[in-house]
Amino acid sequence: MNNRGLTSLLLLLTLAAFLLSLMAGKVWIWPSSWAADSADGWIFLELRLPRALLGLCIGAVLGLSGAVLQGYLRNPLADPTVLGVSASAALGGVGAIYLGLNLLPFGLFACAMLGAGSSILLLLAISRNGGPIGFILGGMVLSTLAGALTAFIISIAPNPFAASEIINWLMGALTDRLMVDVATALPFMALGVALLLSTGRALDALTLGENGARSLGINLFRLQWIIVLGVGLAVGASVAVSGVVGFVGLIVPHLIRALYGEQPSKILLPSALGGAILTLTADSLVRLLPGPSEVRLGIAMAVLGAPFFLLLLLRYRRGNA
Amino acid sequence: MTLIVRNLGFSYGERRILDAINATFEAGKFTVILGPNGAGKSTLLACLAGLLGPQTGGASLHDADIARMAPTDRARQIGLLPQGAETHWAITSEALVALGRIPHMRGTGPSADDRRAITTAMSATATEGFADRPVTQLSGGERARVLLARVLASEPDWILADEPLANLDPGFQLDILALLQRQAEAGKGVVAVLHDLQYAVRFADHILLLHEGRLFAQGSVEDVITAANLAHVYGIDANLFKDEEGTIQLCIKGKVPS
Repeated sequence: MNNRGLTSLLLLLTLAAFLLSLMAGKVWIWPSSWAADSADGWIFLELRLPRALLGLCIGAVLGLSGAVLQGYLRNPLADPTVLGVSASAALGGVGAIYLGLNLLPFGLFACAMLGAGSSILLLLAISRNGGPIGFILGGMVLSTLAGALTAFIISIAPNPFAASEIINWLMGALTDRLMVDVATALPFMALGVALLLSTGRALDALTLGENGARSLGINLFRLQWIIVLGVGLAVGASVAVSGVVGFVGLIVPHLIRALYGEQPSKILLPSALGGAILTLTADSLVRLLPGPSEVRLGIAMAVLGAPFFLLLLLRYRRGNA
Repeated sequence: MTLIVRNLGFSYGERRILDAINATFEAGKFTVILGPNGAGKSTLLACLAGLLGPQTGGASLHDADIARMAPTDRARQIGLLPQGAETHWAITSEALVALGRIPHMRGTGPSADDRRAITTAMSATATEGFADRPVTQLSGGERARVLLARVLASEPDWILADEPLANLDPGFQLDILALLQRQAEAGKGVVAVLHDLQYAVRFADHILLLHEGRLFAQGSVEDVITAANLAHVYGIDANLFKDEEGTIQLCIKGKVPS
């Protein structure tokens, strides 16, 4: 199958996953009652629709961010979670809640995006010339530090209610979000996605290394800022609205590469679609698992993602040996 | 057509790498930059390619300072084969060669010009046979030719190559040198940093010999590769002679006793 055929297939699967997410849950809601003036109609409009839209958006954003970061760092292990970008966005968000900035319009978003963007700058500063493993180690340091500071802020939270509120948000879930949350996050994510999709040609040129890319007329300074801004906006907004949902950006580009080949520009859009499919499907499945309360999406993705990361790491080490 | 270097000086902080370099590079000639490790060869090449901006003086093409040219304009005129033969993803040889068209690309897809340049570059380097193979599966010699085809695909007037022979077996080294020589004969300006004196003697039209950041000597092979210069710059005892067929050969006898 050629790439166009594959992309059409991914689009169809995205639509299918979106429809599944609209219908699946403790109560199945069929399209016939979507517009009905009943309890089902209310569940659809107030709970399912925002949740499915969020799953679509954050999945696409995380898949695309992973593909761009992997291409930029020329490192197949890069991902917003592994590099500590998500944890830093979460730290920004928690800081905003602690200082009461979340009461300002866009306060939580601004702080989460600032956290995500500045973590990439920090990472570049501490890991440049460190090689592929250098970035992973740098990401671990950032992730640990952001996690510790986040825990510190929680521990000094003014009251237990605030602390449990923060922890609930951090764990990553698409539940109980309103259409207004979706509407707030959407413009930031859209801008971030547009910036990230524009990097294809520069990422292709980086296949030849930094000097090769620069000799082809690529402005690496500009590229760095596009990626800092794009990932900052996209991942920052997704963490602000749904907490940390990890590893989508790690898993998806690998599966997409197996289908599309490894040219960085060719996997950007498909990785966004793949991210949406994975997130929507996983979020539908956690709703369908039996039990009194549902497993949170962030936890489910971590359980899925951590072994995947280990597998990649082992394969990578074997390849280098 | 010439590429002119005037009073070029470059330093990293306090450390002086290049000092007061004056040189002229001619189109249609194969110029080789020689010098021991740390002499500043790669730094000079990076200045010619516009990747580094010298603190004093500079390199210019058609009276335009290379370090200040718009990156895309520069990339259309000057092609660089960087050191290390980096290829980070398993893309096909053809996709890799197509990267050379980036400075010319408008719109999304490749134009007829782009496709013609890619085909020409691949046939000049005899790489069409593995156009669909991932570059990671090629042998070192095949990959070196594909990387050179990538530079040719940009259709630059100048081809700069930083240690293009590293890690290649002699047969493949000769392939690359012959390809570079053919480009010079076709009218392009070719400048290569080499380590191997024997090849420099055989292939160069013009030689720059660097020593501790300064241009120690420049000119034809006979002018530059003298016993005195080699003893001073490399610390080796060597001499040039013409073999029975009239080819210039270099014989390295050993180190100069210190």
